[in-house]
Amino acid sequence: MMRLNPKMTQVLAKALIWGSALLVIVLLLFILLFVLIKGVPTLSWQFLTENPRDMGRSGGIFSTIVSTILVTLVSVAVATPFGVGTALYLTEFTREGLATRIIRFSADTLAAIPSIVYGLFGFIFFVINLNMGWSILSGGLTMAMMILPTIIRTAEEAILAIHPLYREVSFSLGGTKMQTILGAVLPSALRGIMTGVILSIGRCVAETAAVILTAGSSLRLPESVFSPARTMAVHFYILVREGISMERAYGTAAALIILILIINVGANMLINRFVAKNH
Amino acid sequence: MNPLFSDRMRNRNLLRLAGMILVSLGLLLVSGCSQAQKAHQIIIAGSTSVQPFAEILAEEYMKMHPDISIDIQGGGSSSGIKAALSGTAAIGMSSRDLKGDELSLWSAEIARDGLAIIVHPDNTVNELTSAQVQDIYIKAVDNWAQLGGQDGNIHLFTREEGSGTRDAFVSLAMDNADVTPKAMVQDSNGAVRQLVGDDPGAIGYISLGLVNEQVKPVVLDGVAASHANIINGSYKLSRPFLFVSNGDPVGIAKDFIDFVLSEEGRQILTREGLVTRDAEVQS
Amino acid sequence: MKRLLDRLPGFIFLLIALSALSALALIIVFIFYEGIPIIAKVGLGQFTLGMSWAPGKGEFGILPMIIGTVSVTLGAAVLGVPVAILTSIFLTEFAPAAVSRIVRPAIQLLAGIPSVVYGFWGLTFIVPYIRLWIGGPGLSVLAGSVILAIMILPTVISITEVSLLALPRTYKEGSLAIGATQWQTVWSVQLPAAKSGIMAAVILGIGRAVGETMAVIMVLGNAVALPESLLDPARTLTTNIGIEMGYASGDHQQALFATGIVLLVIVMSLNSIAQATLKRSQR
Repeated sequence: MMRLNPKMTQVLAKALIWGSALLVIVLLLFILLFVLIKGVPTLSWQFLTENPRDMGRSGGIFSTIVSTILVTLVSVAVATPFGVGTALYLTEFTREGLATRIIRFSADTLAAIPSIVYGLFGFIFFVINLNMGWSILSGGLTMAMMILPTIIRTAEEAILAIHPLYREVSFSLGGTKMQTILGAVLPSALRGIMTGVILSIGRCVAETAAVILTAGSSLRLPESVFSPARTMAVHFYILVREGISMERAYGTAAALIILILIINVGANMLINRFVAKNH
Repeated sequence: MNPLFSDRMRNRNLLRLAGMILVSLGLLLVSGCSQAQKAHQIIIAGSTSVQPFAEILAEEYMKMHPDISIDIQGGGSSSGIKAALSGTAAIGMSSRDLKGDELSLWSAEIARDGLAIIVHPDNTVNELTSAQVQDIYIKAVDNWAQLGGQDGNIHLFTREEGSGTRDAFVSLAMDNADVTPKAMVQDSNGAVRQLVGDDPGAIGYISLGLVNEQVKPVVLDGVAASHANIINGSYKLSRPFLFVSNGDPVGIAKDFIDFVLSEEGRQILTREGLVTRDAEVQS
Repeated sequence: MKRLLDRLPGFIFLLIALSALSALALIIVFIFYEGIPIIAKVGLGQFTLGMSWAPGKGEFGILPMIIGTVSVTLGAAVLGVPVAILTSIFLTEFAPAAVSRIVRPAIQLLAGIPSVVYGFWGLTFIVPYIRLWIGGPGLSVLAGSVILAIMILPTVISITEVSLLALPRTYKEGSLAIGATQWQTVWSVQLPAAKSGIMAAVILGIGRAVGETMAVIMVLGNAVALPESLLDPARTLTTNIGIEMGYASGDHQQALFATGIVLLVIVMSLNSIAQATLKRSQR
């Protein structure tokens, strides 16, 4: 095969490389604009604050917004203490050894499990065995297990990134380990931990398979964490599949996408300030 | 100023905020506990074909009784029947007749629903015989040209196995022959309607009440799929919409079923495209 | 006494840290517990290699679904990995800082889009054009591969990037110093050196593709039969569970859990291989 001039291959390669990056951007814009252009016209204060009527054929998406918020709240409230606690253990209380390897392996494996398998588990364990029924609680607890690895990972990174000086100062001021942790380590790592939490919120908001099997699909405004609930992602899926109201489906999707955009921007802002602060 | 301090102040407030959120969540949970077992709440589960109609009825009912809540789940006729049997649901919805062990359940027919075989509006084939429908669904025939239409592969849609709609289709239109495993499976009437409406080569079957301008119902054995023809019995593909319960219904379930079977309930169902007993009597 | 109190926090935190392990153990135990009986009943060989999935008749062979998963995943890898690697190279070697600041968040955003939105987008833009320009019903292995290829981009890109950035700078500088072009350096020095990391990235991307459900349910057609070409509809292990879980019971439900076992085994193996490969690359 004839050898191409290295300069030529470079030009060709650069074209392909720039092309790939461009392709990725174009795809992203395509998907986002598709949803936003068709969906934003439906978004109105009324749409967001009215409950769905007529199986979603008319009315708004208020109950789904509330459901989404509640499921997310439950999962974050449960996963964060365990996630941060695990990260603290890994960084403050042990050295690398068998225990840490087992814990990390568990976290990595949890992260790889398909969401439908989480749904299966949540259904059989929370909904049936623990008799919680289809509920926000079942959905939230299942999601908590799904986001646990992310919280552990980001919390660990945040804690490790703390300038040792903070800990030195606290120790030298005569603090015990716990005081150092609560007074110096955690507050400084807070921003990094918050980033992980916010990213997990994004995951909860976008999840469908696990939620539909555990929180159910009832359209009514949930009264407590024991009520069944339909989140925005599930609502979008059902509207689209049943062909109930394409207009409202796009509206729901647009609301979802905007929510995720806000979450991503928020996380990025936190990361940037966190990184800048520690330099 | 000691940089350590200002950061700590700010972060301490953040921690306080987090703490407050957790506390309020706890309160929410606790308040939830007291409301968990409401006496005025029932669950209805089952057929996705019946579900939209049940939801409309429930909406009307809850407007009249604001203190009662009715939760409606899908899952398919089979799962609804099982839910009723086990007591998980107060009422089960079914779009097919009960069989075998299920016959021990109390049941009431709230309406009859036609099954329409649908094709794309541009499809030149307008009529099919039962034999042809069978051939299509066992893949003995796979090109529209073999049925007098334009050359093109037949894209076959069916419902999932637990679906009452599929059950009705198989027993009424296919003489209980097996649907080919090559048929594409969708889990709702709406999805089938959507996909058939998008693909000129597609064929599927849905609830007659859900047919709209996106799709064209096929004339079966010379009989058009219409309400009139279901009522006078000439159109064979019709199945009952049932509410079932374990033993005679009591309490809210009974009240709701009474509402559904009443004049008002039947008017709602007829308006939505179903065939109710009232209409039968009238013709 | 003080010694004990000092060690108490450590002990408590150890218990908290074991939560991850307990969660994993719980999931594995329950999925296996629910699924093993049916595998025992039907036989492991018959289950994993059986060609016929017909729960109504008690047939539980998942080979068509395994083939479905493998085809769609392989397709996603073929389409997505080259784009991902090229994009990573772009970010690490060729992109001006201003452009990276746009591209990186964009990729993160891509990762955050709900899978149902991907599925719907695919249903609207990929499926019809496959049907019109290439053939078949559009709902096909090809459609699934395209969607999954896009969905695994963020995973493969981020890990490949990390691997490339972890390389000692002397590799690159040495190569450039002897007169190689930038691309020659990438192709002949950096990519081979980062080989393990890139392998790990691809395997993790594949793991992600194997686990995806919602996007794929909407574009695959879900026919139970073995797909014979890229344009045929298919079912994956995940979509099988997704479609039928709503109404399955008894043996059928157990078979879905057994499918979950297979998924767990596949995903955990892939994950372990990827982690091991990653560790090797970091040495």
